[in-house]
Amino acid sequence: MSLLAGAAQAPLTETEVARIRADFPILKERPHDKPLVFLDSAASSQKPVQVIAAMDDYYRRYHANIHRGVYHISELATEAYEEARRKVARFIGTPCSGECIFVRNATEALNLVAYAWGRQHLRAGDAIVLTEMEHHSNLVPWQILAQATGAVLRFVRVDDNGVLDLSNLDALLSGAKIFAFTAVSNTLGTVNDVRELSARARAAGAISVVDACQAVPRMPVDVIDWGCDFAAFSAHKMLGPTGIGVLWGRKALLDAMPPFLSGGGMINVVRLESSTYADVPARFEAGTPAIAEAVGFGAAVDYLEAIGMARIHEYELRLTEYALAQLARIPAVIIYGPPLAQRTGVVSMTVGDIHAHDLATILDSEGICVRAGHHCNQPLMEKLGVSATARASFYLYNTRSEIDALVRGIGKAKAIFKIA
Amino acid sequence: MNDLSGMDDLYRDFILDHYRNPRNAGTLEHPDATFEDNNPLCGDKIRMDLRIKDGAVSDVRFAGRGCAISMASASLLTEQIKGMPLSEIAKLGKDAVLANVGIDISAARLKCALLGIKVLKQALAMKYDPSPEEEAL
Repeated sequence: MSLLAGAAQAPLTETEVARIRADFPILKERPHDKPLVFLDSAASSQKPVQVIAAMDDYYRRYHANIHRGVYHISELATEAYEEARRKVARFIGTPCSGECIFVRNATEALNLVAYAWGRQHLRAGDAIVLTEMEHHSNLVPWQILAQATGAVLRFVRVDDNGVLDLSNLDALLSGAKIFAFTAVSNTLGTVNDVRELSARARAAGAISVVDACQAVPRMPVDVIDWGCDFAAFSAHKMLGPTGIGVLWGRKALLDAMPPFLSGGGMINVVRLESSTYADVPARFEAGTPAIAEAVGFGAAVDYLEAIGMARIHEYELRLTEYALAQLARIPAVIIYGPPLAQRTGVVSMTVGDIHAHDLATILDSEGICVRAGHHCNQPLMEKLGVSATARASFYLYNTRSEIDALVRGIGKAKAIFKIA
Repeated sequence: MNDLSGMDDLYRDFILDHYRNPRNAGTLEHPDATFEDNNPLCGDKIRMDLRIKDGAVSDVRFAGRGCAISMASASLLTEQIKGMPLSEIAKLGKDAVLANVGIDISAARLKCALLGIKVLKQALAMKYDPSPEEEAL
């Protein structure tokens, strides 16, 4: 996204956000007879009626298995599935839709790379470089790969501000085959410089694998500009349904990879003793895929594109700025992570000696949904010296008045726990 | 904010007191039975050490970290079981814990409340039904 294009776009207005909110049926719900204040989109976003309707329409009018039937509705389903792939590919800046493999979620995407690329290329003593801020989904598959191959794991340190310490990155990358890192920390909201990290990996002869789960939903992403080799993300965090995600990879790398899951749909010629495999992406999409979910995913991409990712990102940053300012004024609130310039719409905090679960329970009684716990990031929690934080995350449908509700909810928790 | 809408029922004074001043906190040297477990969903962690004499718990200590519900439940449980015959402890279950805490707990938070008793039962199970590896130690 060029600066010019960014500047040419007007910020999201209150009227527009009100219209967006009207597209999300769930926002009319009243848990505990309070308005729903959903501040957990980093875990999973809510769905606009356009996405729900697209999936409903598919099941009502043209459900059939794809890439098999010669009849009309199967052709419709196949075309819708492939159209969703083209939309997603365009959305992340690649002209080649065949580089986007539909998987269940980002976790499966990362497992796919670890298994199919990793077991083919890693030997005992090779290094896999990760960071201390990885979600368990970008940590455990590499641990298993290391155990299977005899490779060693190395970690980029996270400093006290929640930012990667790159001072010894070249040493860490020396002899490394894989550098896997997140684009945005799901716990602290830290935004990493994916271009820089990918370039450093390439210079060291390692492939770069980007956990793009928190980035693709909330900022313009161009994987070609990033210069990475693989990127993984899930539809359900970007207004789409659960059960579908994407592994994007460079075509040459994907073409040379053996299958991960196997069975129908991923084969070329099958004999009793052996088979040959289909070309990419079919090679990595064994079995009947999530067709309705792909259709919904495509509708989610349409929805986000119609608003514009640069505007969504800008709006989320404004909300985050407001939230950080309001929360910082509350005595006993500690906010984790870097300053606004290095983060996006995720705010992790603790309030006095109130455990995050108790805080979340009290906020829930006010209809406010936040995540409490270790955010699938236990090593980082150890580093922060807390067992759990409460995390509020913002998206295009959230408002300042919802942040005000969060602030009031924290006040209630402090009153119950008798904290000044 | 004056409307505490039921939450002050959950977080009563004695719960907060047990959370902030847990009874029987700490560890025992050479305990007769011990176990540590965590709740992988939230990271809550409890270790319980038991001294057993004449078929009853003569002393108990617990250490851990977690929410007010898990810590207060464990603290209350240690008070309850001190001096209690093991045969009585075997009969303790979810209801006993909820009676201690004195309130209904939502399904989402039940795991927190039950972590202490889960660790207690595991400690006794390890002591009286040790696995071969444990025996070798």
